[in-house]
Amino acid sequence: MNQHQFHPVSAMDYLPVEQLRQVQFKRLKQIVQRAYDNVALFRKRMDESHISPDNIRALEDISLLPFTVKSDLRDTYPFGLFASSLRDVVRLHASSGTTGKPIVVAYTKDDVKVWTQVMVRSFASCGLHEGDIIQNAYGYGLFTGGLGAHYGAEELGATVIPISGGNTDRQIMVLKDFGVTAICCTPSYFLHLIERAGEMGIDLKTLPLRAGIFGAEPWTSEMRDRIQAATNIRAYDIYGLSEIIGPGVGIECFHQDGLHIFEDHFYPEIIDPQTLKPVPDGNEGELVFTTLSKHAMPMIRYRTRDIASIMNQPCPCGRTIRRISRISRRSDDMFIIRGVNVFPSQIEAALLAVEGTLPHYQIVLTSAKGLDQIEVQVEVTSEFFSDKIRGLETLQQRISHAVENTVGIRAAVRLVEPHTIQRSEGKAKRVIDNRRK
Amino acid sequence: MFAFENRIWDRNETLSREDLESLQLARLRQTVERAANVPFYRNALARARVTPKDIRSLDDIRRLPMTVKDDMRNNYPLGLLATPMEDIARVHGSSGTTGKPTFVAYSKGDLDTWAGLCARFLTAGGLLPSHLVHICFGYGLFTGGFGLHYGVEKVGAAVVPASSGNTPRQIMLIRDLGAQVLVSTPSYALNIAEVARAQGLGPDDLPLKFAHFGGEPWTEDMRIRIEKELGLLAFNNYGLSEVIGPGVSGECAARNGMHVQEDHFIVECIDPDTLEPVKEGEGGELVFTSLTKEAMPVLRYRTRDIACLDRAPCPCGRTGVRMGRIVGRTDDMLIIRGVNVFPSQIEEALLRVEGAAPHYVIEIDRPGSLDQVTVRVEVLPESFSDKMSVMQILHDRIDREIQSITGIRVKVELAAPQTIERSVGKAKRVIDHRAAKPV
Amino acid sequence: MKINQLSLFLENKPGHLRSACKALAGAGINILTLSLADTQQFGILRLIVKEWQKAKSVLEEAGGVVKVTEVVATEVADKPGGMAQVLEVIDQAGLNIEYMYAFTFRRNDKAVLVFRFDDADAAVSKLSAAGIKVIGSKELFEGK
Repeated sequence: MNQHQFHPVSAMDYLPVEQLRQVQFKRLKQIVQRAYDNVALFRKRMDESHISPDNIRALEDISLLPFTVKSDLRDTYPFGLFASSLRDVVRLHASSGTTGKPIVVAYTKDDVKVWTQVMVRSFASCGLHEGDIIQNAYGYGLFTGGLGAHYGAEELGATVIPISGGNTDRQIMVLKDFGVTAICCTPSYFLHLIERAGEMGIDLKTLPLRAGIFGAEPWTSEMRDRIQAATNIRAYDIYGLSEIIGPGVGIECFHQDGLHIFEDHFYPEIIDPQTLKPVPDGNEGELVFTTLSKHAMPMIRYRTRDIASIMNQPCPCGRTIRRISRISRRSDDMFIIRGVNVFPSQIEAALLAVEGTLPHYQIVLTSAKGLDQIEVQVEVTSEFFSDKIRGLETLQQRISHAVENTVGIRAAVRLVEPHTIQRSEGKAKRVIDNRRK
Repeated sequence: MFAFENRIWDRNETLSREDLESLQLARLRQTVERAANVPFYRNALARARVTPKDIRSLDDIRRLPMTVKDDMRNNYPLGLLATPMEDIARVHGSSGTTGKPTFVAYSKGDLDTWAGLCARFLTAGGLLPSHLVHICFGYGLFTGGFGLHYGVEKVGAAVVPASSGNTPRQIMLIRDLGAQVLVSTPSYALNIAEVARAQGLGPDDLPLKFAHFGGEPWTEDMRIRIEKELGLLAFNNYGLSEVIGPGVSGECAARNGMHVQEDHFIVECIDPDTLEPVKEGEGGELVFTSLTKEAMPVLRYRTRDIACLDRAPCPCGRTGVRMGRIVGRTDDMLIIRGVNVFPSQIEEALLRVEGAAPHYVIEIDRPGSLDQVTVRVEVLPESFSDKMSVMQILHDRIDREIQSITGIRVKVELAAPQTIERSVGKAKRVIDHRAAKPV
Repeated sequence: MKINQLSLFLENKPGHLRSACKALAGAGINILTLSLADTQQFGILRLIVKEWQKAKSVLEEAGGVVKVTEVVATEVADKPGGMAQVLEVIDQAGLNIEYMYAFTFRRNDKAVLVFRFDDADAAVSKLSAAGIKVIGSKELFEGK
């Protein structure tokens, strides 16, 4: 047994394809029945399209089912998509929605167990095992990244350092002083950490750190090359979203060529976002997931808005679960900063709350020392202009707090002169992304 | 007799004193043996001329050497481990007296023990498996969030791991998800009440029924106010990461002191000057010895917390001695919004910023319900600039360094050179307005 | 007895101050005095001009955000202690100065102090009562 590639719960990664499809089909039938029986929205949609759970006679019949989108979670907030009673729920997480109300997701005890297992399989896929020392720098709390990785690392039998996000100097001190072998964080934060370690005169190549589990935002091969050149780690791309379960929907293996989807739990499809028809394997389209085993909150054909393709060739690692290409872009205007999903509509809601009317604004994303920065530029209007410095500083702070309260991250606010933000015909260009250019 | 059913999570909570003490003695001997594997304790025991065999009665604990916070720092990062690193399941940290935090470690068994201890006091304070618990402690290296999180999970109740910050959103989630139980610092609960009131919400608009508070000292007046404003029953719990984290002691339905979980910790109450036990019932410094910890046992850890012990029987049936509220500290540690801060950390932060003089005053106030810290720092004459932007950059750097070392956000005020009072000997660095105000 | 002051929002970037001044010059407006407050990101240009309404529209037409505020101008002897004397009155009256600036142009042995108070009217009456000479626009611009 190659201990760097295998963990008992990873057996499902290597199931013969026929057997895997059988497991998927069996679970699909169960989950559709469960969703139909317990969730009013799913039942209504299926009834409207004249589909009953009995119509699922083969795995391919999944394409008969109606889609679920993010606004369905908002419209049924907070409990509308629960398929379990609250008594059976042991955990709730929340992420920010496209406007004021959050998106709430729920887990039963078994759901937490499945989540933990896919995270164990994820760590095993990166060659980690009992005895590794894992520094978890994902943010803990309502965001699923922190606790998801934490439970997986604990179950793996590793030593977990739950350092959470922020305080880069301390992160580096802990990496060094504890002989950490693997780190979990966003790839952009790790780039920042590399820069900072350089300033502190610490050569990350001299540390035992050998794996990085990077996710919560899209990243590129160039970023991987930079990370791997500055350290001795292999940098693995991990994928997940809280609507499906959190981190651990899929991850790269040693070959770093596409992300294996734990498809015994999360069934992937790629569709054309316009026609909503399936696209052939290998072609790009929108990634859609159906959860096959979730109890508290099953998702039927959830449209992720992430653009990727399915790679159906066998992987040299021997895993039979299929791979998807890395996420290349989004089919909506969401952007991700420091692992947090942000919609321009949230920034608008915050500005409206402060100013009463929507000023001209622009969101500028930059990266300084590897760390993503968000700046909201707001044109000063005569209504809010003050001859006192502190008056304008208070305005800046109020906008900054409102953005933080809605989005969950701190944004710099820059007041600019009127008419300096470019107007465009039709839809304004609200987001200027100057990161990693 | 009680406002709700008095449930006991673990039979050990009600052991007769005789059985409890014989269990303590057996576990104390094991702990001393285990501690003797750690070079630091081995040397300390040798200096005190004690061997595990000398522990024949519980009174013999007084022959053991004491441990202080600086011992943790001097053995940074994990020099006090009694087990090999591969048996360590978790590492937590707490504020150090300097820039380096101190770290504590847990074996898998320790984590299970810890969750059980939290489950005990949560159950004592009304938690049921059907409850939804809203936790607004920060998760991460500090032990508060995780201790309670795993305790709630052990009981089988549901957790909303809300973490800290953004009070309006916390209130929205508490109401929309229907949490019956709140976990936070008592001052944060007051903040929730204040923000709720500003939104026109009264106690009947919040689903909360119980609250478990820790992380900072509070008073009976605060309890009365919080219970009235949030419409719940509030319980006090106590712990510190060097000993295990929250779960060292906690209140029961009788709410007349916190039962120390004596089958896991021996508590002593000493005079901080003579180090001798205080008279029964008098206030003194609490000293804890862990009895079951595997990864990092502690012998006679001096907490610097001042409280008194009450050995009278409790109507709830738990036999663990009760400790009163923490009424003071024997060192200069401050607790700001639940975070422990030492003035020496602020000093270290200032030393890291070029242009800031090591002359400063820390002023603490609680204008509404939340602690507010202002650090006034002298600017060195040569770093003064006519450009506002340069002064702002200096200000922001001081701000960032203090936050990076202490973990709390403070308000920094730049002061002109020679304006902060120098005093011979120990300068009066801290002005705490909180103590003077009734809550 | 109060003076209308114009404030203009400026980003802290090269060229921004010049374009504002150019606009005023083009309209033949002379600046009696000014002060520029700076922060990391932005500045506020505070101007005292005779034709303030015209200046306001010129600046606004050039795309600026302009605010008109009432400030209080006092005359003091241009000699050591002149300003201290005024400040003593202000202190005793319990007035808070938000900001101030001063100039001496064309006033022989006198200097003019321009103050921004939260309540300009109260300040005028308190200063006048204490015997400080508060000057109005006519006097200020015509140098009577």
